[in-house]
Amino acid sequence: MGMLAFFKKKAIFAQKNISNIMAKTEKKKAKNDGYDFSKTDYMFWYETMLLQRRFEEKAGQMYHKQKIRGFCHLYIGQEASASGAVSALRKGDKWITAYRDHGQPLALGTSPNALMAELYAKSTGVSKGKGGSMHLFDKEVGFMGGHGIVGGQVPLGAGIAFAEKYQGTGNVCICYMGDGAVRQGALHEAFNMAMLWKLPVIFVIENNGYAMGTSVERTSNVTELYTLGESYDMPSEKVDAMKVEEVHLAVSRAAERARADEGPTLLEFRTYRYRGHSMSDAAKYRTKDEVEHYKTLDSIESVKNTILEKKYATEADLEALEAKIMQIVEESVEFAENSPYPDPSEAYKDVYVQADYPYTTD
Amino acid sequence: MAREIEFREALREAMREEMTRDSRVFLMGEEVAQYDGAYKVSKGLLAEFGEKRIIDTPIAELGFAGIGVGAAMNGLRPIIEFMTFNFSLVAIDQVINSAAKMMSMSGGQYSVPIVFRGPTGNAGMLSSQHSQNFENWFANTSGLKVVVPSNPYDAKGLLKTAIRDEDPVIFMESELMYGDKGEVPEEEYLIPIGVADIKRAGTDITIVSFGKMMKTALTAADELAKEGISAEVIDLRSVRPIDYQAIVNSVKKTNRLVVVEEAWPLAAISSEITYHVQKYAFDYLDAPVHRVNSLDLPLPYAPTLIEAILPNVKRTLEAAKAVLYK
Ligand SMILES: Cc1ncc(C[n+]2csc(CCOP(=O)(O)OP(=O)(O)O)c2C)c(N)n1
Ligand SMILES: [Mg+2]
Repeated sequence: MGMLAFFKKKAIFAQKNISNIMAKTEKKKAKNDGYDFSKTDYMFWYETMLLQRRFEEKAGQMYHKQKIRGFCHLYIGQEASASGAVSALRKGDKWITAYRDHGQPLALGTSPNALMAELYAKSTGVSKGKGGSMHLFDKEVGFMGGHGIVGGQVPLGAGIAFAEKYQGTGNVCICYMGDGAVRQGALHEAFNMAMLWKLPVIFVIENNGYAMGTSVERTSNVTELYTLGESYDMPSEKVDAMKVEEVHLAVSRAAERARADEGPTLLEFRTYRYRGHSMSDAAKYRTKDEVEHYKTLDSIESVKNTILEKKYATEADLEALEAKIMQIVEESVEFAENSPYPDPSEAYKDVYVQADYPYTTD
Repeated sequence: MAREIEFREALREAMREEMTRDSRVFLMGEEVAQYDGAYKVSKGLLAEFGEKRIIDTPIAELGFAGIGVGAAMNGLRPIIEFMTFNFSLVAIDQVINSAAKMMSMSGGQYSVPIVFRGPTGNAGMLSSQHSQNFENWFANTSGLKVVVPSNPYDAKGLLKTAIRDEDPVIFMESELMYGDKGEVPEEEYLIPIGVADIKRAGTDITIVSFGKMMKTALTAADELAKEGISAEVIDLRSVRPIDYQAIVNSVKKTNRLVVVEEAWPLAAISSEITYHVQKYAFDYLDAPVHRVNSLDLPLPYAPTLIEAILPNVKRTLEAAKAVLYK
């Protein structure tokens, strides 16, 4: 219950501008020096975050070459939110998020080939070319999608957790959403029931400051988003998600609670997307300085520095690792390029489980 | 004097003119103000009318749709923009259970003069949650009117009428049409809701469509003309009410009918029209009515599947040939 006491003590001032955020981050940094993570942890984070970054940079390029179409939302800048959670959870746990969904499956170990092929709309993609960027799914690693209707995945996450509890698995569900999604009514209904029924779910708000062009401040008087959980007595906490260590620690705590049958936790990840909302966003709603500021907090850079400082690897080792990642990414593009589009005969497949469903065909 | 303007500009002009004319009209929705609209329909309106009347909302469709209905019950004339109608499903309770029912359940005491507008239908490779047509869903509900314009001229005249309408109007546009250009007069004009428009006169076959699919219908008519077949193309412009008479009149002349519609086939507008025509023009039909709808499937991301599923000119021509026994 120490946690609850902590939430009651939440800061009551509204933190409304960048300089405040900067000051906060400075403070955290000093405190964070005492982390106690292993070489394995750091190397895992570095590798999976760099894979996300390079994969998405490539995806961005391929989008501009019109190899990838539709809506494509890059996670660049937010990688720690995925990698820090993967290291904190275990096999059997379930994952669900919105349409900004490339990061989690990459960090979970989904085949980059199958992911790139999906972005390319190819039949070898994770969702057979039917979902695209917004609808990545990988049952193998417990990744339950990529959802396109803002907030739609929030009740789903609670429901997935309900099933785990019902079946007594001890698994948890981690359910991501954006800062914009918290204004959806369904979220409040789901939060209430998740708490009432003590569902093993970790709700994560990835607060990257904006929902498309709308800053958090312009959507509500409540801008400390973690406080939304408090209306339901849900343990809630703000996390500096530019720090993968903080993400790991917070998700570990939440998972422990969930597995102890103590119910949901709400984590507000303070993070930032370096790119636009999707591929066609001039991003006039924010300043270059703001973007540059967050780049100085880059989670990949800071993990890299830690690795070098602690001598977990040499510059040369990391260069070799990066080369390996670049090769994986190149291979994924090659794989996607060489894969076929789904055959038109695929159209009537995967809509119903019932194989002979009688469609209306005129 | 007519000039060529984009579909989005025509909509903007309609809103601007009506807002200038009537201080009760306001626009509310996601990204409509500071961002100038997700598809730039409301570009410049914030600068012109200010924050009181051009209002950005959180992503809270159910809430702001209901706020719109309440405001309409109490003397205002809201225009509620859905970023796309896919997201209107989050708000559909307020549209169906509140807006559409208010007059009836209050015994005529409370009307709801509101417009819900935004894009409908597929818009390229966006996969199944973002590629849906609910024209027939809304059209099924008594208490609503449902307008689906096909060109800038109609869009402007119909939107102005919709804003002045005393009843709730669902106004469905298309992401793929916002850049379409068309002639629109400088002078003010209104187009009544519920009156179909013969976009192309013909004698051999009637093709009925609405919204974005009108392009498919008209292109198919061009192709048929090359083969000496004269197609009459009717643009419904609204699917509630439906101008049944215009369809029946045309079928009585051509004796053959094809309906082209983007929505799924089961319980579609095409089903409704087909029912009506078999009942009121049975003796005039020289062939069964055919229709071209999307296949009975969610629209996936891959282009090969989209090509297989969406209505297109080829399928329209096949349907036309079938009813012409060619
Ligand atoms: C119900 C609904 N309304 C509107 C949209 C259109 N839309 C897509 S993403 C988005 C912004 C969401 O922002 P946020 O939740 O902060 O997530 P982020 O994109 O920052 O990851 C909007 C309005 C949608 N997909 N679903
Ligand atoms: Mg956001």
